[in-house]
Amino acid sequence: MFHRESGVFKTSYRGDMALYPLPIAKWTVGIIAAIFIVVAPLALDDYYLSILNLIMIACVGAIGLNILVGYTGQISIGHAAFMSVGAYTAANLATKLGWDFWLTLPAGGLMAAAIGALVGVPSLRIKGLYLAIATLAGQLIIEWTINHVPAISGGTQASIEVPKPALFGYELKSQGELYGFLLFFTIIAIVGALNLVRSRIGRAFVAIRDQDIAAEIIGISIFRYKLLAFAISSFYAGVTGVLYTYYLGIANYEQFQLVTSIDYLAMIIIGGLGSILGSIFGAVFITLLPTFLRNFMESFGGLFFTDAELATVVPYLRLTVFGLLIIFFLVVEPEGLNRLWRNIRNYFRVWPFSY
Amino acid sequence: MDFDFTFFALLMTNGVLIGLMYSLIALGFVLVYKATDAINFAQGEFVMMAGYLAVLGAFGVNFWLGLIVSVLGMAAFGFVLERVMLRPLIGRPVVAVIMATIGLAAVLRGIWPMLVGVDTYNITLPISDEPIELGPLLLQPVQLFGAGVALAFLAGFTWFFLKSRMGVAMRAVADNQQVAMAMGINVERYFALAWAMAGLVAALGGVVWSSMLGVDTHLALIGLKVFPVVILGGLDSIVGAIVGGLIIGVVESVAAGYLDPYVGGGTKDFAPYVLMILVLMFKPYGIFGKRKIERV
Repeated sequence: MFHRESGVFKTSYRGDMALYPLPIAKWTVGIIAAIFIVVAPLALDDYYLSILNLIMIACVGAIGLNILVGYTGQISIGHAAFMSVGAYTAANLATKLGWDFWLTLPAGGLMAAAIGALVGVPSLRIKGLYLAIATLAGQLIIEWTINHVPAISGGTQASIEVPKPALFGYELKSQGELYGFLLFFTIIAIVGALNLVRSRIGRAFVAIRDQDIAAEIIGISIFRYKLLAFAISSFYAGVTGVLYTYYLGIANYEQFQLVTSIDYLAMIIIGGLGSILGSIFGAVFITLLPTFLRNFMESFGGLFFTDAELATVVPYLRLTVFGLLIIFFLVVEPEGLNRLWRNIRNYFRVWPFSY
Repeated sequence: MDFDFTFFALLMTNGVLIGLMYSLIALGFVLVYKATDAINFAQGEFVMMAGYLAVLGAFGVNFWLGLIVSVLGMAAFGFVLERVMLRPLIGRPVVAVIMATIGLAAVLRGIWPMLVGVDTYNITLPISDEPIELGPLLLQPVQLFGAGVALAFLAGFTWFFLKSRMGVAMRAVADNQQVAMAMGINVERYFALAWAMAGLVAALGGVVWSSMLGVDTHLALIGLKVFPVVILGGLDSIVGAIVGGLIIGVVESVAAGYLDPYVGGGTKDFAPYVLMILVLMFKPYGIFGKRKIERV
């Protein structure tokens, strides 16, 4: 946030890499946490809570993808498929074996991690474009498999209804209760990722991204770390799928198609590659975009379209704006919203001097 | 089960014809990759846009006028696109170009239905639609026409790259931009030219495919079939695009013919990708591709 850094001296690398860069940051984080834990559920009504819930689910997925794409430099166009793996694993365990969410959630994540590592195996031989195409194939094959194997998908509709998550026998049904449920896991995901990227593993990921051959020479096992990146990233994706399934109350492959993979890629590009905060910005932005566009078109769209047309136009408008944003950020501001935020912060940090 | 030769021959011919039509789409992809090292994930959307242009350019009245509008429009679109979107991305990681074309795909898939509505338009080729009988086989003239166009273009581009001055210059640019610049080749011009050519090929592919499937946003889905074709054939090889297209077409058709009854349909959308994954694992540069993948 807008802290002045005068009087803070870091004398060790440990100090420089600390989770809280400044002592006062603990207060900032505490205040933000208090707002989300205490104020938000009391102050907001169900509609806004439902939006917040969707944002939190997207956050987990975007952070996971950013670990792979932003930190390790391996592209994946198949992340929605890993989410569906998590979702269907959890749904099957919950309905057939009656497991609770604190068992199905890690189970879904681990299953997705296993499949993700498998799809990541080609990354050991191929890079860039080829990897993009390989993960695309992974996405299409997983989609097809789930859709065509009744043992996984639960019949012709390829969807499984899931009971709401229950805590000590109490079902979490309302938006407010689900908010608490999702917030708990989102915080774990964020803190986990923040700690991961400043650990030995995170530094190895960045080394592989920046120069893989150099990384190999200084003793980083590329084989192990690339697979680990795929596994961790897919674990996050699997958890996202499980959370989404519990939130909706139904596991359905239509929620996890290629379009969703691209949505998540857009989140991290617009938010900022290689940044946890950027993933959160991107998740907020992309989740709010359809809502914003719908409101905008309801106010001004009447000038160009009739009401009947509006209903069909909005999804296409979303797709167009979304594509334009991806191109705009790639061409103009490759570091995304995170960079814009840093610029604003730096301006205030040294105010009234320009540097 | 008895081996039914007629059924097999039918699947094979069908596969070959469809495969050649895939090759036509894949050609646009290969051209861009060969010349600029950029990957076009929006090839299917190019084809869709070409189809819309062909239908609307002539208001559905005259086929030839529509074709001309489509060819000119797509070539101009490719040219402008290179200027506005791809040139700023030169020198950036490959992921950036991939994502930019994915973004472009989203824009095209969003903007066309907004402009012209979600109806399916039809193109009728100026040829009869009576199936041609060849022994026990029935051939669709549309498919024969498409295969013919594909073959003509593939031959034409092979000649272009091997013999013509521009084609040689383009290969030089693809091989090493700095050296090409030092030899006095205008690299930027050839980048623009490559995209314009990709647009032109997409226009022909668009007309051929939309006469078979009709024009709406679903037409863009054939873009996904391009990847198995080019990976199998090799990303920078025109011959590879033909052979890859034929193999994928045949595999798809035969697999669908024999497996669909057991798995309940959809083999067509599945088999090419399994084949592609296998190729990526064992021979990632494809059958005819240049071996320049870095091993890590």
